[in-house]
Amino acid sequence: MATTSDTASAAPPPALRSNDALNQADHPASLVACFGPDEPLLLDSGHRLDHLQIAYQTYGTLNAERSNAILVCHALTGDQHVANTHPVTGKPGWWTDMVGSGKPIDTDRYFVICANVLGGCMGTTGPASTNPATGEAYAVDLPVITVRDMVRSQAKLLDRLGIETLFSVAGGSMGGMQVLQWASTYPDRVFSALPIAAAARHSSQNIAFHEVGRQAVMADPEWRLGRYLREGASPRKGLAVARMAAHITYLSDDALHRKFGRNLQDRDKPTFGFDADFQIESYLRHQGRTFVDRFDANSYLYLTRAMDYFDLAADYDGRLANAFKGTRTRFCVVSFTSDWLFPTVENKAVVRALNAAAASVSFVEIETDRGHDAFLLDEPELYATIRGFLSSAAHARGIGTKP
Amino acid sequence: MNAPPAAPPRNVARDDLLAIAELVAPGTRVLDVGCGDGSLLTLLEATRGVDGRGIEISQKGVNECVARGLSVIQGDADTDLVDYPDDAFDFVILSQTLQATRHPRHVVEQMLRIGQKAIVSFPNFGHWRIRGLITFTGRMPVNNNLPYAWYETPNIHFCTIRDFVALCDEVHAHIEKGIALNAKGQRIGLNAPWWFWNLFGQQAVFLLNR
Repeated sequence: MATTSDTASAAPPPALRSNDALNQADHPASLVACFGPDEPLLLDSGHRLDHLQIAYQTYGTLNAERSNAILVCHALTGDQHVANTHPVTGKPGWWTDMVGSGKPIDTDRYFVICANVLGGCMGTTGPASTNPATGEAYAVDLPVITVRDMVRSQAKLLDRLGIETLFSVAGGSMGGMQVLQWASTYPDRVFSALPIAAAARHSSQNIAFHEVGRQAVMADPEWRLGRYLREGASPRKGLAVARMAAHITYLSDDALHRKFGRNLQDRDKPTFGFDADFQIESYLRHQGRTFVDRFDANSYLYLTRAMDYFDLAADYDGRLANAFKGTRTRFCVVSFTSDWLFPTVENKAVVRALNAAAASVSFVEIETDRGHDAFLLDEPELYATIRGFLSSAAHARGIGTKP
Repeated sequence: MNAPPAAPPRNVARDDLLAIAELVAPGTRVLDVGCGDGSLLTLLEATRGVDGRGIEISQKGVNECVARGLSVIQGDADTDLVDYPDDAFDFVILSQTLQATRHPRHVVEQMLRIGQKAIVSFPNFGHWRIRGLITFTGRMPVNNNLPYAWYETPNIHFCTIRDFVALCDEVHAHIEKGIALNAKGQRIGLNAPWWFWNLFGQQAVFLLNR
């Protein structure tokens, strides 16, 4: 089982992320794999990382054939704490309903691995990690990373764990991008793939939203040209605004209206001021506030940039089908009707390309008004789909019900 | 998405599913276009050991199929067959779906492009009961096999067995085998003439190649 820590976060100091969160970057409450200059990570930017640390969690047991491993890839602001209590927030893991004993991704049957992504802030090398060359945080000296770099780093982890072939790779949103990248970069290492609410490229509109978020961070004077950790500062306001704007894109108009409508927050009438009169304002402020307690602002810049650069077809002469040429991986693509960030049409483009590559592919569009975030929420049809897809793939792979 | 209701309920067509299964060679690659809840794919995987895929327009059908472990995508026979490469499958099956397509000719042509062989089953609008209903009531027929009123039916392109044979001629499809089932699901003798098939066949199943 994974090492987990149940440390709840202390009240954060007013100007900084909590110490718990800061410490996670170098000393995560997770399993850790370290790679030195003898096995550097070559990056798409042309740079190389001579020191790489990967923080990861595992659940379940690897079978004797080493054939039942599922790599879960987390989204932009997620982390490796899929199904255990989060060491900083004290809240349950982000996919507790999906991953666990008897759950669709059944840890009685599969060995589940989730690593914090490259560029993250929960223990895998990222801008908040200490640069061994300087003894200070990398901050903005870390080379810009890509989704393919993330996937390459995960492959190094699997090599270290002695896992040649993954039974499945699963993830939503940015996690789904990693799934697609895995299937195209390492087709022989991926038996089945589950990209959920993903896309083969980041759209212009999505790049635009990310740019707004980054500008909000960088416009905060406390960002200090990216050197805030060294100077004991933190661009809390900028990062909170970035999170507030992004959070709107994860929901849908219908869901927001159903949840908040035009309801006022703890008052009977508007104050004729700029306080959070409406519940939705109060909700977004809360989302922004809690986010900055657990997330590094520079990480947010790096990871949004990695998503912006993602364009799988571009690596294959603009023809997405070529990314999956000759693939033997079994795919299950899932989208949600009210997701306007990674809409069905983008997911269908992936399905079309897989068809053109004569791949084995299932595609399910799930009816929900909860927007992009639906992949994180209690969606029975999503559970049934993933359970069915994995069971049938496990049968084909000869994986029993117990490791 | 507002998917139209699936074409005739599958349970009335058990006999045509069995007739189709007999035409499919074991261990082949099969695409079932309009696969509904996956009954035929399940039957083919169980009895013929095929590597089966499906396309289904209704979200409910697709979700049921995938939850059952079938490889099925949500899609539309009229628009999505063009995405498949030539010769991707050994058999492409259109079971009880032809009459619900907007462009049946295009669909049959695409089936024969992406599959070595095509199998098409459909309700025969030339059946004597249907002719009788139109003749004697003067209204569009509604019965157990054709349960929809004319204004809400997804079945917009009904044809008779003779119409379908003429279509095959037009798209230069070669009819390798034809089966007609009467109202009891029994097969009509192979030596029976076309007019007899067209009058007494309630369901028709055709195996086509190029």
